[in-house]
Amino acid sequence: MTQSLLRRWILLLPLVSLVLALPHEALAAPGQPGILASLLKWTPLIFKGFLLNLLASVLSMALGTLFGAFLGLAQISPNRLVAKSAWAVTQFFRNAPWLVLLFYTVLLIPFEIGISGGVIPLPDTAKAILGLALPVMGNVSEIVRGAVQSVPSGQWESAQALAFTRRQTLWMIILPQCLKRMLPPWMNLYAVLTMATPLISIVGVEEAMTMTRAALAAENRSELLVPMYGMLLVWFYLYCAPIAAWTKRLEMRFGVKA
Amino acid sequence: MTWTADQPIVKIFDVHKSFGKTEVLKGVSMDVAAGEVVCIIGPSGSGKSTLLRCINALAVIDQGSVQVEGQEVHDPDLDQLALRRKVGMVFQQYNLFPHKTALQNVMMAPLHVLGEKRGDVEARARELMRKVRLAGKENHYPGELSGGQQQRVAIARSLAMRPDIMLFDEVTAALDPETVKEVLVTIRDLALEGMTCILVTHEMGFAREVADHVYFTDHGVIVEHGPPEILFSQPQDPRTKEFLSHVL
Repeated sequence: MTQSLLRRWILLLPLVSLVLALPHEALAAPGQPGILASLLKWTPLIFKGFLLNLLASVLSMALGTLFGAFLGLAQISPNRLVAKSAWAVTQFFRNAPWLVLLFYTVLLIPFEIGISGGVIPLPDTAKAILGLALPVMGNVSEIVRGAVQSVPSGQWESAQALAFTRRQTLWMIILPQCLKRMLPPWMNLYAVLTMATPLISIVGVEEAMTMTRAALAAENRSELLVPMYGMLLVWFYLYCAPIAAWTKRLEMRFGVKA
Repeated sequence: MTWTADQPIVKIFDVHKSFGKTEVLKGVSMDVAAGEVVCIIGPSGSGKSTLLRCINALAVIDQGSVQVEGQEVHDPDLDQLALRRKVGMVFQQYNLFPHKTALQNVMMAPLHVLGEKRGDVEARARELMRKVRLAGKENHYPGELSGGQQQRVAIARSLAMRPDIMLFDEVTAALDPETVKEVLVTIRDLALEGMTCILVTHEMGFAREVADHVYFTDHGVIVEHGPPEILFSQPQDPRTKEFLSHVL
C-alpha cells in the first residue's frame, strides 16, 4: 500500500508542475527562456530555502516537544498550583495565532545576549524557530495530558496497590502505554507545523517563500508567479502528505489494537 | 504497642466513609486473624469494595480506625508504600500492565519496588506462574490471554511481593462462567496454604466452602457475620435472609 501511494506521489510532482506550467509556457515572451527553464534555473536556490523550512520544522518540533512534554506532565501534577499554572500556559499558547506569537517572540528577544562578558548573537532564524516552538509546546502539552488521562484509572490503582511510587507509576507504567497514543497526534502536529514554516519568511528568514519571492522579483515576469508558487506547493505537499498518510495508518493500527 | 501474630492482623473499628453526600460506610468493625479467610458478601453498593480499599489505603476513611499488623493505616505519618508491600490486592478488571508480558508483570514490583536481584525475582516469578497454572504463558501479553488467565497473572503479580494479606475485590465478577473456577481454585490453594485472604465476592458456593468467616453487609453496615455454615443455613437478620434467598 505504501509502495503504490509513494509511486503516485512521485508521479504527481512533474504532473502538477507541468499542468501549472503549460498554460503559461505559451505566454513566455519571444526571446526569453521558457517557464520550465526559468523554474529549473531558480530551483537550487529555492530548494536551499526549502531545506531551511524543513530544518526549522525539525528544530521547532524538537524544542516544542521538549517544553511541551514538561508542561504536559506539569498539567497532571498532584500539586494543584503547578497543574493550574501549566494548564493556563498551555491554553494560552494553544489558542494564540501562530503568526502573532512569531512576531512577538522575534520582537521580544534581543538580537544578542551577553553572558559573562561574551556576546551570543541571536539570529532571526533562531528566534523564529523559538517562536514556532511555542504553539507546538502548547499543543504537545495537551497531547501528553490527554494521553495520560486516557489510560484507565485501574492502571494507577493496581500500581499503587503494588507499592509503586507515583513517579515510578508514571514513568514505568503509564507513559510507556501513552507513547502509542501520542504518536499519531504528534505526527499530525508536525505536518501542520511544517506547513506553517513559510510564516517565518515574514520575520526575515530566508526560507523557500522568501527565495521564491526574490526569484520572482529578479525575473519580473508575471507569467512565472503561478508556476513558481505552484512548485513550492508541490514540494510541501510531497513532504507533508506521506506524513499524514502514515499518521492515518498508525491511528488505524493502534485504534484496532486498543 | 507491638503487634504479635495472636492479635488480629487486620483490625477495623467503627469506620465511616462518605463520597460527597453519600455515606457508604456507616461504622463498620471487623477483625481478621492471621491465616483466616474472610468473605464479605452483600448487595451491590453496600460498601464492600470501599471497605476493602480502606485496608491498603486506596480509599481514605473519614472516621474510625483501620490497623494492619498493629499499624494505623490512616495515620498521616504512615509509610503507605510499606503498608502496600504487605497487603496485596487483586481487582475485578485484572488491571495487568498491557505493555508488559505476563512474566514482566509479575516481576516488575519486586524488581523496582523491593529492589531485589533480577535472577531471584525471575526464578520466583516463574515459580508463581507455575503455581497459578500458567507455565508456558510467561511471554504472552495480557491481550493474548483469557480473562481467567489474566486474573491468575494478576494474582501471581500480587503474590510476587510476598504479602502477608491478600485482598480480592470481586475478582471473578468480570469472568466467563467457565473461567471463574480456575481463578477460585487458585485462591483456594492460597487459602489452604495459610494466606490471610479478605474477599469481596458474589460466589456464595465458594464463600461457603473456603471462608472461615462470612460478613454480610448492607447499606454501609455489617448486618450479620459468622462462620459460613451458620450464616448460610441459619441467617438471623431478615435482610440476610432476603439476600440469601435471592442468591442461593
